[in-house]
Amino acid sequence: MSAATAGRTVRPVSIASFAQMQNVRRDDEHNEVEMLMPVVAEVFGNIGITKDDVDFICSGSTDYLIGGPFSFVMALDAVGVWPPRSESHVEMDGAWALYEAWTLLQEGAIDAALVYAFGRSSLGDLQEILTLQLDPYYLAPLWPDAISLAALQAQAVIDAGKATEADFAAIASRSRKSALDNPNAQVANDIPAATLLEDEYVVAPLRRHTLPPITDGAAAIVLAAGDKARQWSDKPVWITGFDHRIETHALGARDLSTSPSTAKAAELAGVADGPVDVAEIHAPYAHQEVIVAEALGLDGSVTINPSGGPLAANPLMSAGLIRIGEAAERIRSGGAHRAVAHATSGPCLQQNLVCVLEGE
Amino acid sequence: MTDDTTTEAPGPVTTLATPIRLDFDFTPGIAQSVFLRGLEQGKFMGQRCPVCGKVYVPSRGSCPTDGVPTTEDVELSNIGTVTTYCVVNVPFAGQSIEIPYICAQVLLDGANLSFMGLIQEIPTDQIRMGMRVEAVWVDADELTPSLASVKYFRPADEPDADYDTYKEYL
Repeated sequence: MSAATAGRTVRPVSIASFAQMQNVRRDDEHNEVEMLMPVVAEVFGNIGITKDDVDFICSGSTDYLIGGPFSFVMALDAVGVWPPRSESHVEMDGAWALYEAWTLLQEGAIDAALVYAFGRSSLGDLQEILTLQLDPYYLAPLWPDAISLAALQAQAVIDAGKATEADFAAIASRSRKSALDNPNAQVANDIPAATLLEDEYVVAPLRRHTLPPITDGAAAIVLAAGDKARQWSDKPVWITGFDHRIETHALGARDLSTSPSTAKAAELAGVADGPVDVAEIHAPYAHQEVIVAEALGLDGSVTINPSGGPLAANPLMSAGLIRIGEAAERIRSGGAHRAVAHATSGPCLQQNLVCVLEGE
Repeated sequence: MTDDTTTEAPGPVTTLATPIRLDFDFTPGIAQSVFLRGLEQGKFMGQRCPVCGKVYVPSRGSCPTDGVPTTEDVELSNIGTVTTYCVVNVPFAGQSIEIPYICAQVLLDGANLSFMGLIQEIPTDQIRMGMRVEAVWVDADELTPSLASVKYFRPADEPDADYDTYKEYL
């Protein structure tokens, strides 16, 4: 593959099935396996298959969220790995687990994969936990919390003249209003932006409504290629482009008001190859939607986050995978023909993934 | 200071202390709560897989082989079989038991999953595979939803188990 086509699909792969649990502020009742089991059962049940029909399993999660080692290994109990299975895990959002499975499917050795992700954001102090993803020598020891770092970025967006606090409020208002149609959303309401602007600052220029909720959640996708893609769905939703890019760890070295990694991933995934009907953007903070939408090259005609997006539910490690699942469902239901899904990881949109989906 | 030391560059920094402490809540879930509540009552509770029939103790809520929920609660015996063991002779930080001591995998009667237990009330050179052991619990008023409710296992007054009864659990 040349660099220009690196992110384009060589072998067609379809999002055959998607499932997610009801996003909640805190699931006190279930352990991780109990959270995942119904999701895995649903993602298989949707298309009438079992664990024996997939050739590969890949998951995304992090032990830092529950403070327990090897939680990702124990989570496999939710699938049942006997006879012994080919399996992998990424310490990242499940969107990157999906990328790994897609890559393996591109090689042609397998035809189907299960991808799942789970995240319990509620069990520890999330702001402290997120600090530990920073440079461990010079930045993490200062314990800058994620909201403060996001506020630095929001200020950079304002100073660059790209948006105002009123724009952030409009994004939050629109997102949570859209979430009224999403039965899995955690925060859904219809509050005008003007009312939201009366909120106090949490960390200026961010008000409470610009922040994502803290969410426990889980999600799963079945990928299929070859004959299985058509056997399992009358209306396959194809991945036509897929790429992810990362930027430096050093926040001070980045222009936080832009996202060159998203732009590069979008270029390689071929976002501009056709019209985009819907974009599911993993922008946990309202101002980040401005940055990502610009980097993706979306114009005003694109419907952004009809699910409500991460402002309506932000289960860490699965919120990105859910963007891809939501975009695929939008196509499958006839609400869109071509969609772009985005996932992010790291502080201030450090790493970004772009997945282009198309119906037939 | 002498001239020698002022001209010498300081050595590389080899250690940087950045203390981290995080506190987490633990959510045992439905299945592990069954196990922990059992310990609080001085009994071992497991769960059975509806597909393969195996009983897991503790259960995490699923059969790791079949990937289905384990919904049937099963009370297990207080007596089990040592499937394998080791004698700990190495002192380490935080050790609360006097060495040497015996650490064993115990397969409770009725269970299909062994778990680790301390073996006491027996000289360390007399432990063996197949030995029948029974749980010794703390006093009733000290029982908590924790494995600390089990003080240790000790030899039960029974002949050793036949190898065939536990060979699948080694």
